[in-house]
Amino acid sequence: MLRWITIVVLAVAVVGVGIWGYQEHQEKNAILLQAENTYQRSFHDLTYYVDLLNDKIGNVLAMNSPRSLSPELAEIWRLTSEAHSEVGQLPLSLLPFNKTEEFLSNIGDFSYRTAVRELDKDPLTEEEVELLENLYQQSGEIKRELRNVQHLALENNLRWMDVQLALANNEQQADNTIIDGFKTVEKNVESYSESTFATSLNGVTKHQEEKIQLEGENINEDDVRKLATKLFDLDGVDLKVTPTGEGSDIKMYSASYNKDGEHGYFDITEKGGYLLSLIISREMKEPTIGLYDGSEKAKKFLANLGFEDVEMYNSVQYGNVGVYSFASVQDNIRIYPDAIQIKVALDDGEIVGASTKEYLINHQDRDIKEPKITMDEAKKEVNPRVEIQESSLAIIDNDLGEEVLCYEFIGVLGEDTYRIYINAMDGFEERVEKLEQAEINFQTT
Amino acid sequence: MNVKKAICFIAVFLLMMTIPLSNYEQDQVSEAFSARTLQKGSSGDDVIELQARLQYIGFYNGKIDGIFGWGTYWAVRNFQKDYGLDIDGLVGQETKATLNRVTKYDKQWVHEQIRSGSDFTYYGGTPLNKQTKKKQTTTQQAAPQKTGTNTNKNTNTNTTTNNNASPTPTSVNVPSGYSQNDIQLMANAVYGESRGEPYEGQVAVAAVILNRVESPSFPNTISGVIFEPRAFTAVADGQIWMTPNETAKRAVLDAINGMDPSGGAIYYFNPATATSDWIWSRPQIKRIGEHIFCK
Repeated sequence: MLRWITIVVLAVAVVGVGIWGYQEHQEKNAILLQAENTYQRSFHDLTYYVDLLNDKIGNVLAMNSPRSLSPELAEIWRLTSEAHSEVGQLPLSLLPFNKTEEFLSNIGDFSYRTAVRELDKDPLTEEEVELLENLYQQSGEIKRELRNVQHLALENNLRWMDVQLALANNEQQADNTIIDGFKTVEKNVESYSESTFATSLNGVTKHQEEKIQLEGENINEDDVRKLATKLFDLDGVDLKVTPTGEGSDIKMYSASYNKDGEHGYFDITEKGGYLLSLIISREMKEPTIGLYDGSEKAKKFLANLGFEDVEMYNSVQYGNVGVYSFASVQDNIRIYPDAIQIKVALDDGEIVGASTKEYLINHQDRDIKEPKITMDEAKKEVNPRVEIQESSLAIIDNDLGEEVLCYEFIGVLGEDTYRIYINAMDGFEERVEKLEQAEINFQTT
Repeated sequence: MNVKKAICFIAVFLLMMTIPLSNYEQDQVSEAFSARTLQKGSSGDDVIELQARLQYIGFYNGKIDGIFGWGTYWAVRNFQKDYGLDIDGLVGQETKATLNRVTKYDKQWVHEQIRSGSDFTYYGGTPLNKQTKKKQTTTQQAAPQKTGTNTNKNTNTNTTTNNNASPTPTSVNVPSGYSQNDIQLMANAVYGESRGEPYEGQVAVAAVILNRVESPSFPNTISGVIFEPRAFTAVADGQIWMTPNETAKRAVLDAINGMDPSGGAIYYFNPATATSDWIWSRPQIKRIGEHIFCK
């Protein structure tokens, strides 16, 4: 009797487990399929956008009137951005596909710059037409390659989940058509992208290629230790110093230490021994000094480091720290690209963070030209509904990554404060930004 | 024994009498500011007081939220102009003294409004009970004026227990262009990816996310970068949904404020677990903790 009961119970259990397992399996498949479909959509969208992109560039070449050129270039700009975002949805980040992405982004930059230009007065140059012809050919190649991959994927029912697995396990599967296809695309782009864009698109990738010029002698590890001890009062503290690898834009030494529950980390440039960044992490107590007192500490700290021609232009309190932004000043003109950030602990006024990289990279003695228009003329370019409160001259980086001399106006429109930059040479409204620093605290409401 | 009891009783009784009285007096007296100098970007109690006082005489029309933003800045400057002070937008001793002289400040009432999440203003010359709207209360509350005065009294007596605790400002400072939610999402990613790393390692991971947003080879949004398939292991295995600690949040804030200990890196990997050969071919910048950062 007992035996039979056991058998029945076990049989029911086995069937139950079987059904449960089958359901789980079904659900897993459904989810896999859903993920697969998302990948598939991104992939097919990508090929479609690249196809369209190729057509549009062809159209631009055939067009003549600026009135139709501008919208078409804007369309190209939009398509590159769409294609770029589709690439971002595919599991390709372990595959070297970045050249193609850069290529897309460069086309985007180029079409944006030409689309916003007044093509009536300033038509496409010979060089730009030549570049467009090149882009047309190259996008054509990418299109063909991608269409080919798409065809093979459809024909052989290839799945992106397999690509993902293959990439994750780093298996060199010879027959993975998708991976091979993308590698071919990448190789094609690689062979020409550098040379094509180098001449006609300088400024876009300016920051990477720029040689960073620092003054001073090279220093070694011992000097770093000496400097650190002088700067941060680190007598008898164990300091770990390591040089950077070959991939770094600026050769520097990184050092870290532990002292009384405080962990510090900083970078010092090899050439000249400048402090590049400083990060101190420790428990913060309740603030005892105000944001204003903190700014005095920050100024003193910068003066000690030898940054003398700088002024503070922004300060923000985040809980018990204050963050201060500085910019350099030359002939009473504020130069925003030369930026420095300083972080001060408001419990005891210690400097707990610094970043001088932008200043060190961009700072130079600039040859600032006289403005061609007066302040009053520039004011006329500002929306008359904005009540201007403050005005000055400043140098900023514009949308194209160039430094331009501008009149800077801070004004009020309704409840909001805006910062408006008018180019001091031609009166172009370079930038309008709404200044906003506070947000409703979601945690208290 | 009995005498002692009686003394105790009387003492307690007296205390009970005086506590509400002293509270009542506080309402009338103008509280002095704290000693610190306020400037744009400050936050806290004394900013609430500053905004309330400026609103009392009509210079400030915005929300009293405890954040010294641009609206408050212009109000301070206009105030300084009208009262013949140095127009510098800084609230130092002189400005405070002038404000103290020409305005009144009912600290308890203002704090009570903030604590209860009411929508309120603080203009001088208008009865206070007309200037507040309870946030999520019964519909009855807002009706006749008589009950208005009553609730005002009631709240005063009710809150004697916790009126020493200052309310948190209803707004927070955020870096321009970022929401608290962006910071939270990044903190999730940083915590999932690098919670065991030294602090600068966490800042560096946050900086890599931001460098990727800037880079032409990656998506242009924070969420796009974080959720890019196969980009971050913490996203793939769900560790991103662990609750991040304060350190991760601080690291993200530091990175947004311009700290980049990674030296401009857009990739990093853990040499002990890296599965891809390709990642080793990237030019390496430096090593922080367990991670190698590269271009």
